[in-house]
Amino acid sequence: MDPFADTLRRLREAFSSGRTRPAEFRAAQLKGLRCFLRENKQLLQEALAQDLHKATQLDSAFIRKEPFGLVLIIAPWNYPVNLTLVPLVGALAAGNCVVLKPSEFSRSTEKILAEVLPRYLDQSCFAVVLGGPQETGQLLEHKFDYIFFTGNPRVGRIVMAAAAKHLTPVTLELGGKNPCYVDDDCDPQTVANRVALFRYFNGGQTCVAPDYVLCSPDTQERLLPALQTAITRFYGEDPQSSPSLGRIISEKHFQRLRGLLGCGRVAIGGQSDESERYIAPTVLVDVRETEPVMQEEIFGPILPIVNVRSLDEAIDFINRREKPLALYAFSNSNRVVKQVLAQTSSGGFCGNDGFMHMTLASLPFGGVGASGMGSYHGKFSFDTFSHHRACLLRRPGLEKIYSIRYPPYSPRNLRLLLVAMEARSCSCTLL
Amino acid sequence: MKDEPVSKNLFVLLDSAFIRKEPFGLVLIIAPWNYPVNLTLVPLVGALAAGNCVVLKPSELSKGTEKVLAEVLPQYLDQGCFAVVLGGPQETRQLLEHKFDYIFFTGNPRVGRIVMAAAAKHLTPVTLELGGKNPCYVDDDCDPQTVANRVALFRYFNGGQTCVAPDYVLCSPDTQERLLPALQTAITRFYGEDPQSSPSLGRIISEKHFQRLRGLLGCGRVAIGGQSDESERYIAPTVLVDVRETEPVMQEEIFGPILPIVNVRSLDEAIDFINRREKPLALYAFSNSNRVVTQILDRTSSGIFGGNQGFLHLILPSLPLGGVGNSGMGRYHGKFSFDTFSHHRAVLLSPSGLEKLNELQYPPYTDLRQQLIGWALGSHGCTLL
Repeated sequence: MDPFADTLRRLREAFSSGRTRPAEFRAAQLKGLRCFLRENKQLLQEALAQDLHKATQLDSAFIRKEPFGLVLIIAPWNYPVNLTLVPLVGALAAGNCVVLKPSEFSRSTEKILAEVLPRYLDQSCFAVVLGGPQETGQLLEHKFDYIFFTGNPRVGRIVMAAAAKHLTPVTLELGGKNPCYVDDDCDPQTVANRVALFRYFNGGQTCVAPDYVLCSPDTQERLLPALQTAITRFYGEDPQSSPSLGRIISEKHFQRLRGLLGCGRVAIGGQSDESERYIAPTVLVDVRETEPVMQEEIFGPILPIVNVRSLDEAIDFINRREKPLALYAFSNSNRVVKQVLAQTSSGGFCGNDGFMHMTLASLPFGGVGASGMGSYHGKFSFDTFSHHRACLLRRPGLEKIYSIRYPPYSPRNLRLLLVAMEARSCSCTLL
Repeated sequence: MKDEPVSKNLFVLLDSAFIRKEPFGLVLIIAPWNYPVNLTLVPLVGALAAGNCVVLKPSELSKGTEKVLAEVLPQYLDQGCFAVVLGGPQETRQLLEHKFDYIFFTGNPRVGRIVMAAAAKHLTPVTLELGGKNPCYVDDDCDPQTVANRVALFRYFNGGQTCVAPDYVLCSPDTQERLLPALQTAITRFYGEDPQSSPSLGRIISEKHFQRLRGLLGCGRVAIGGQSDESERYIAPTVLVDVRETEPVMQEEIFGPILPIVNVRSLDEAIDFINRREKPLALYAFSNSNRVVTQILDRTSSGIFGGNQGFLHLILPSLPLGGVGNSGMGRYHGKFSFDTFSHHRAVLLSPSGLEKLNELQYPPYTDLRQQLIGWALGSHGCTLL
């Protein structure tokens, strides 16, 4: 018997309805709290007296950002230089010692990181460790002061569970299926250019690439030829010979993707070449939600199009699923873009473009829900890899002024204390 | 709540770039019994201000407060978005099997691990406000009475049941000799000749904790206090000396009105002692010398740090409250609460047209194109691909 299920469901539904979003609602809630405290002071005091026999009734303050200590960075294979070094920059800038575990899939990069990089750093404070899942599991049994992981949600859970044993804080940069809503009111060729660029870049192996398109059947009709035009323009008549197209990282992933080509119906592309681990830039249509291509993160050059009949239906579709790392909305109408933004959640959001938000170091990069926790890039990296220590340094004297804090607590003393605290505009007077 | 604009590079000059702080969704707040109103409501304020729906699980040990929070508080809030659930460890475990979008836990490290492990199954982010043994270094260069006043105040407040109270004192034998009479003076001044009858002294929350603390009175040697009264769950303000590092009183967080003094022969020895142990939630240093205080600050780590004072920065909302290492992760109070309970979503809104400007980014990538891209990304660039 689960006594909580109904309550939790009710609250979730209320949240999904958007009830708690408006500032007015939140202010009302907080006012309610204030009334509760004012109107029930005596009741609370009595309760506190019952529980704990509680008595009823000047400096330099700063935040110091300190390194955590020993940081573990586990990096993936899809952008093996960027996704290893950008976190490393943050960890080093914050003053930590770092253990780097690059991906064993991107073997050549792994070799350089292991053999060449350490020569450029102080090796008493930096080490590269190599291995596969088993070695990583063994590594995770050790205690670290911070763990930064980029990879998929399944392994993210394993990393966080291991971290929990040592109470190690984590940043998890995970993934998901990034929706790409395309409105009827758009220029199909412009949209197709942008979607194709960000989908097929790096052989589609990008955590923030648009994973699937949501649009009406009409828009699909206009988008398909535009996508073909974009693909031909970017990669030529024979994409397999284009120098701008990546290949799939491994045999296992190649087979996985080739399997997905059987979902729905191939509208563009669909070719593959096992000898090169090449998959052509592909677009699938007539795809059902239950098919594998709509169940797992694609992470390849395959773009399914799912039809919806309205903006609301698209938003519902998105909200029924796990929160994605990135969310895209294409429309000439500002209102439409803002509505998608307002009624969904995701790590990051871009209106009318692909993952350009990644290039701005002034924007934090991170997920939410199943797509991750924490963020980095630019200053956010430094803050992520630092412990923010609150410090208050007082002068040792001034004891007379201090005295009003001491018991016994007369009503006069308590009044003075309250005045002093409110003068500092802090009213956490609840004890 | 307002969107926070951010600086841009050339590629996105015409775009709108900002950080939007959004509620996570369903937040679980698990609160402790020692400050059952404050440690329930202050996180609640943060969670509500950030726009979340909240499930509150107050401590079953502070029964009087639990009752008020469960029966009276919901009447003041929209009950479609707020609920109080009750129960002990078993019910809490059952609750933790559900998926939440954020979990805020205040309690001890042992349970903190359980909460984080449960959160890991759902990839739920957490803030854990835990505890530890908060060292209190007292330098030879100090005024013993001033130090004794402050240490006594913060140690014995609320029956010693405060996560940021000084847990043990580190000082030289000489300073200990001066501190002991000063501590006795402070205790008598605050609580009278018969502390048990003082209205300013709290009681221990439960029989189990009372017995635990009574057991600790056997460690080292009682220099001050040491009395206890089971009928009231009263423990006298106590100071222990000649305490060894291996004794129970130096192994677990005391969380009671007992203050052990451990002798060290130098500042370096004190710092080593501190750094050999888990990172504490709070760290205190008392000295007339700024240099000494600064040294301790620079060479140790802790959630928060106080030089020549106790935990008053809890009432400075501009300072975050949170632990590090074994004492916790994440922080709150004031604006930090709002930020803790919000997802910071990066948003970039581009105009839908102006396609010609975008052309630079499209393949095929000639050398010239690559150079232009690098230049446009500029100093904000994450150019490593």
